[in-house]
Amino acid sequence: MTRNPDRPLSPHLTIWKWGPGMLVSILHRVTGGALAVAGLALFTWWLWAIAAGPNEYEKFVSVISSETYGIPLVLLVLVGLTWAFWQHTLSGIRHMVMDSGAGFELRINRLFAVMTIAGSLFLTALTWALLMGVWA
Amino acid sequence: MSVGETSTPLGQVRGTGSAKHGGEHWVRERLTSAASLLLGLWLLLSLMLLPRLDRLTLTEWLQAPSGAVPMALLIVIGFIHSVDGLKTAVDDYVHDQGGRLLIHGILTFVGIGAGSVALFSLAKIAFGAAA
Repeated sequence: MTRNPDRPLSPHLTIWKWGPGMLVSILHRVTGGALAVAGLALFTWWLWAIAAGPNEYEKFVSVISSETYGIPLVLLVLVGLTWAFWQHTLSGIRHMVMDSGAGFELRINRLFAVMTIAGSLFLTALTWALLMGVWA
Repeated sequence: MSVGETSTPLGQVRGTGSAKHGGEHWVRERLTSAASLLLGLWLLLSLMLLPRLDRLTLTEWLQAPSGAVPMALLIVIGFIHSVDGLKTAVDDYVHDQGGRLLIHGILTFVGIGAGSVALFSLAKIAFGAAA
């Protein structure tokens, strides 16, 4: 399809007023992109390192647990990807509900959007509490 | 109206609906999203339930069919869903048809390439010597 460059594009992030629905929509994109690029890269490297042998796996673990400004990389990247997974999952479920034609009323739509953000933060905290054996 | 068609009978008469293969792509993105949800939860729960995350434990886990089969599915479905999603985002921001075609091509190449590395690694673990 050809586009006339003299005509303006639809207004974008810098123009619309921010609201929960819009925030969740762009977060779905950003978290999806992060999972697809950083998530799959790390995932593939992890599987490859397990297959390649003890030395390669050691190298993987040492890179993952190296520290940047005193914060272990593992916290930044893995906790970030865990949050991305939960946010993308919950906003994905929201998209599925909206695909069915439901949840477009202003109040409900806003509530669902806020719930995905609160839910993803809660589930990320819960996941890492369980992973670190808080109740073990 | 069967799955993957984008027009209702009325829409077909009016000539509305997807211009190309949007319907199939749309349905596949949603099917793979549901599958990724289940497989993603499986991965998180598995990692939580494993006693330790050292190489020997992980190898034993992936040598059992209960570990290897869902992991193979996660690799295939995860890469398909990711490449589909990235292409959808690219379509919204790249307005030149040639550039779009080029980026779609690169995404397909990189996706299938990296996915093959992941699958080969899993096969090597699953069919390799006991840890």
